[in-house]
Amino acid sequence: MTAILQTVFDALSLGSLYALGALGIALIFGVMRLVNFAHGDVIAFSIFALLWPSTDVVAAVVAGNLPWFLLIPFVLAMGAGLSVLAEIVVFRRFRNASPATMMIASFALGFVIRYFLLMLFSSRPKSISLLPALSQPVEVLGARIPLLQLITILTTIAILFGLTAFLKRSRFGLEMRAAAENFTMARVLGVRANRVIMGAFALSGALAAAIALILGSQTGTADIQMGTNVMLMAFIATVIGGLGSLPGAVIAGFLLGAASVAMQVSLSIDARPFRDAFVYGAVILVLIFRPQGLLAGRGTKERV
Amino acid sequence: MNRLSADRVTVAFDGLTALSEVDLEVTPGRITGLIGPNGAGKTTLVNVLTGFQKPTGGAVTLNGTNLSALEPHEVRRQGVARTFQGGRLFRDLPVIDNLEVTGVGLGKSRAAAIAEAEEMLAWVGIAPLADRIAGTLPYTDERRVAIGRALMGRPGFVLLDEPAAGMSAQEADELAHLVRRIAGEMGCGVLLIEHNVGLVLELCDHIVVLDSGAVIEAGDPAAIRGSEKVRHAYMGTAADTDLPVLEVME
Repeated sequence: MTAILQTVFDALSLGSLYALGALGIALIFGVMRLVNFAHGDVIAFSIFALLWPSTDVVAAVVAGNLPWFLLIPFVLAMGAGLSVLAEIVVFRRFRNASPATMMIASFALGFVIRYFLLMLFSSRPKSISLLPALSQPVEVLGARIPLLQLITILTTIAILFGLTAFLKRSRFGLEMRAAAENFTMARVLGVRANRVIMGAFALSGALAAAIALILGSQTGTADIQMGTNVMLMAFIATVIGGLGSLPGAVIAGFLLGAASVAMQVSLSIDARPFRDAFVYGAVILVLIFRPQGLLAGRGTKERV
Repeated sequence: MNRLSADRVTVAFDGLTALSEVDLEVTPGRITGLIGPNGAGKTTLVNVLTGFQKPTGGAVTLNGTNLSALEPHEVRRQGVARTFQGGRLFRDLPVIDNLEVTGVGLGKSRAAAIAEAEEMLAWVGIAPLADRIAGTLPYTDERRVAIGRALMGRPGFVLLDEPAAGMSAQEADELAHLVRRIAGEMGCGVLLIEHNVGLVLELCDHIVVLDSGAVIEAGDPAAIRGSEKVRHAYMGTAADTDLPVLEVME
């Protein structure tokens, strides 16, 4: 029983990461039809922001030593800031470009961010001590799980509810939902296009930073590659969920997390290293039977 | 005097003339009809009047101010609203949000936009549909939402692009009643673009007939009914959907 519970928590916390990542991608896809491959590098950037201004091998100065109630907003602001900057400097120029062109631009931007980090911090992962109190185990219904795992799951749920309420109830949310469905029409009706797009980038960047915080605390390292795997799974989740569908992205994120953990525990020891291959295989199966994704997104519909 | 007018509006591109020196005037409280065979340039003219397309010649003026250089949302803020063929609602959003986002886009506070949206839904007769997802509505209700959306902010002028397309005779009657109220109760200047010539003849105070991008006739319904030119224009394209139109005109 406790073993099952432990597995469920593992699945939920991994799914949380994928869901947060998928949400960040789907938000921007919704308003711009941009598949932002630089998202993973925003994750890496956010965690390395803790080390500034030091580029030494031993790390975590300045921001890294802030108390948690300052540290968390700082990292979220770094992610949001970089994302908004990317919009202003890069993506704004591609507003009317084809989705393929924007996607290539996002690849390029991702490389720029990655090599910028590489230049400053080298490719060797750095050990950081981020919120060490979170690694203590807690007992939930008899299962001993790391406090961080519990916090990850609860935070993700809080973010999902908060974001839903924000999109449903705020003026910005209303404008964003309209813009996500039909950007041209929203603009015609006077919706403030620049603010909506910048807001979407800020939210997406903050979500990337939240992932960075979780990964950083989980692994105790800052690694230039740290966003890559989550980003890949998150991207797959947005596709399975139906590109542009926010609920679809979240559901698919949790499904992927569950599938990964289920395979981790059910595959034989020899097959475990190939866990991801099995997960991707399952993804291919889903897409063969439902190419439009689980919840058909708006991106697949005709635009005005 | 208040009026929305097109003065010698010309739209030409790639050697093709979509509109050629078209004059048209819409005045408050009156319903002006715009008819013509398929491809006559009706929607192009609406696009020019609402800032969606820039005229290559001539000008669009509102109460003497030139609108030709403005963007669609700026024209909308000046009080010239439109509907689109097929409605083009935000189909994933609830009905009320479709109107509310328009109010917000016009610069209202959220609370004011909600209040006006509710009032407007009641005015067009679909208050109970406020929380329905727009994409799930039947055709005729969808049209009413589109009209309600266009009326947000009480524009001085509203341009209805084929609002009766695909409607039954009874539904078209109900629509006619609504259009009369828009001009009468709200005092809007209405431009009605319609394929259903019978409806236009019945509703409009003044009718402009376009053919191949030029005005071939303008006048009151009686004058249009008796016009040889109009009859000829429709006969010339009898191969399209306009045969029933001829019957209406007989």
